[in-house]
Amino acid sequence: MSTQPRPGTRAARLEQKLQATAARLDTMALPASAGWLRRAREDALTRLKAMGLPERRDEYWRHTDPAKLIAPQPVSAKLLTVTDESEVFSGIDRLKLVFVDGVFDAAASDDLAQEGIEICRLAEAGQRDIHWAQDLYATLEARGQAPVTRPLAVLNSAFAEDGVLIRVTGKVSRPVSLVYRRSAPEGEAMLHHLLRLEPGAELTLLENGPMAARYNTVMEAFIDEGAALHHVRAQGRDHERMGITHLFARLGAGSVLKSFTLSANGVLLRNEAVVWLEGQGGSAHVAGAAMGDGAFLHDDTVFINHAAPDCESRQVFKKVLRRGAVGVFQGKILVDQVAQKTDGYQISQSLLLDETSQFLAKPELEIYADDVKCSHGSTSGEIDADQFFYLRARGIAEDEAKALLVLAFLAEALAEIADETLAEEMRERLRGWVHRHNA
Amino acid sequence: MLEIKNLHVKLEEEDKAILKGVDLTVEAGKVHAIMGPNGSGKSTLAYVLSGRDGYEVTEGEARLEGEDILEMEPEERAAAGLFLAFQYPVEIPGVGNMTFLRTAVNAQRKARGEEELSSGDFLKLIRARAKDLKIDADMLKRPVNVGFSGGEKKRNEILQMAMLEPRMCILDETDSGLDVDAMKLVADGVNALRDAGRAFLVITHYQRLLDHIKPDVVHIMADGRIIKTGGPELALEVEQNGYADILAEVNA
Repeated sequence: MSTQPRPGTRAARLEQKLQATAARLDTMALPASAGWLRRAREDALTRLKAMGLPERRDEYWRHTDPAKLIAPQPVSAKLLTVTDESEVFSGIDRLKLVFVDGVFDAAASDDLAQEGIEICRLAEAGQRDIHWAQDLYATLEARGQAPVTRPLAVLNSAFAEDGVLIRVTGKVSRPVSLVYRRSAPEGEAMLHHLLRLEPGAELTLLENGPMAARYNTVMEAFIDEGAALHHVRAQGRDHERMGITHLFARLGAGSVLKSFTLSANGVLLRNEAVVWLEGQGGSAHVAGAAMGDGAFLHDDTVFINHAAPDCESRQVFKKVLRRGAVGVFQGKILVDQVAQKTDGYQISQSLLLDETSQFLAKPELEIYADDVKCSHGSTSGEIDADQFFYLRARGIAEDEAKALLVLAFLAEALAEIADETLAEEMRERLRGWVHRHNA
Repeated sequence: MLEIKNLHVKLEEEDKAILKGVDLTVEAGKVHAIMGPNGSGKSTLAYVLSGRDGYEVTEGEARLEGEDILEMEPEERAAAGLFLAFQYPVEIPGVGNMTFLRTAVNAQRKARGEEELSSGDFLKLIRARAKDLKIDADMLKRPVNVGFSGGEKKRNEILQMAMLEPRMCILDETDSGLDVDAMKLVADGVNALRDAGRAFLVITHYQRLLDHIKPDVVHIMADGRIIKTGGPELALEVEQNGYADILAEVNA
């Protein structure tokens, strides 16, 4: 005989949550796949059923309501036809992989064969009996469920229909560019990517575009000893789209991760990054610039675990907000006892262009080692009146002066992009946004 | 060039009159100096002329080459040829000095209907001007005024002036915080710009800057008014006797 938990208690709420989750999941079917991928999906589904889909009541969803991210029907989002600028990264020599509405478009993509790199679609690899990704798929995601759960990443591991699996063995000269395009106002897309950078390998990975009215992506990055992953992402300009992304990265000794995300517009967008520094001397930089005007909620949720000595990490997140836009930052640095000589830095700042916007920040530090250097700061402010006047007194018009100061505010985040061409490209996009949103 | 008539100004936030009827005419080709004790309204005059917020003109007018400037935005005044060398140059982290200068030069050219300078021409020009002021490449690359010493900041102001080639230059306490060598550099920079089509209004508390930038006319300002006007010898008088004698003489 089972006993019912008392209404209103935590147990009762969990019970309710799990029931709702089971009901929601019953309407979804796992994508067709064979052997190893089938098992990974089933395992994810089991984990998700035990954990439940997120609710606003959950600690990590307090500022961002997940309801619309998990509702059975995604809200449709008008397609934005961009005519005033070229597609992001189109001027860069790159290996292009195009997804339209979350489906790989071979005709629009480049030949996947390139020296030093092995690229395979998830949908294809999942049909094979064995594949190098089989021992890795969803493992970082699963590990990322502590200290807090990230159920939408689990959902992704179970249901993502496609994605790319990339193994890098050397230095790849051309960036790999994942291009997401939309063709319909309705629709949902889920992609799961996996990157394996073998010792000493180097890769620049670009992503651009919103892929659907609602999307959910997971990227798991295994960065071995001495390897380097440069990740630059621009998430498109469509206003009504909603999205959740997760980047899980495990860094070996002396390896490097640099990830930068530009988010312009979007009624609901959450980017999570979970990074483990597991080998001595690793370096992880995660940065973002988010621009919101009006109906906009942008959430950066970051967790960096220093699990080895002599590692360095930086979180640099900047948000420019106006007309009721909302920015959220939740960032945590966890320094294990072994992680002596850790150098951790975290800054989250918002520039409020009017008095109606808001910024909610929750910086956290948890440190168990005694010889570490960790700093964090969070501010929100407006355009500095003295700086603004100084520029105007030199003849720079209001509009341009504001743009200069907004870009100055974003500079620290942009500085996290190592490649100057890519940084300049992001700067141009940001400048364009400021000029468009000036009225 | 610059004509100020019966200018009355109060602080916007409190009902406090700062300028109480300033009359001043600066002719093209001339250097006028305004000296006066602290709190006399010298810097307020500079700010009001350049269009800073926070001041309310209650009476009077200010014209630059016949044009009423008090209704103009700060950038319009700049394009019309007015330049203020700030007493406290503002630091702008994240904006490179070079980018700033280039944006300013081209913004003014655009406002005047002139063509923008090409990168090459701009670079050539700025290198030459910077060299005269002993401003090295590093200072040009750094964010505007960030980490600059007091002297570097003032030299950077003069560099901006040299690049923008304004017709009416107002120097607000440009000598403050300068050692003798830096003052010489700044003064040389200013003197190099003196010509028949350009006028200067040099605001200073001390006479020493005027040893290097020789004024044609010296005004003494106290309590929001110009109380005495004379030649360069007036500055020497202040140097020797302070302001007390002049104030007493005017009040008598």
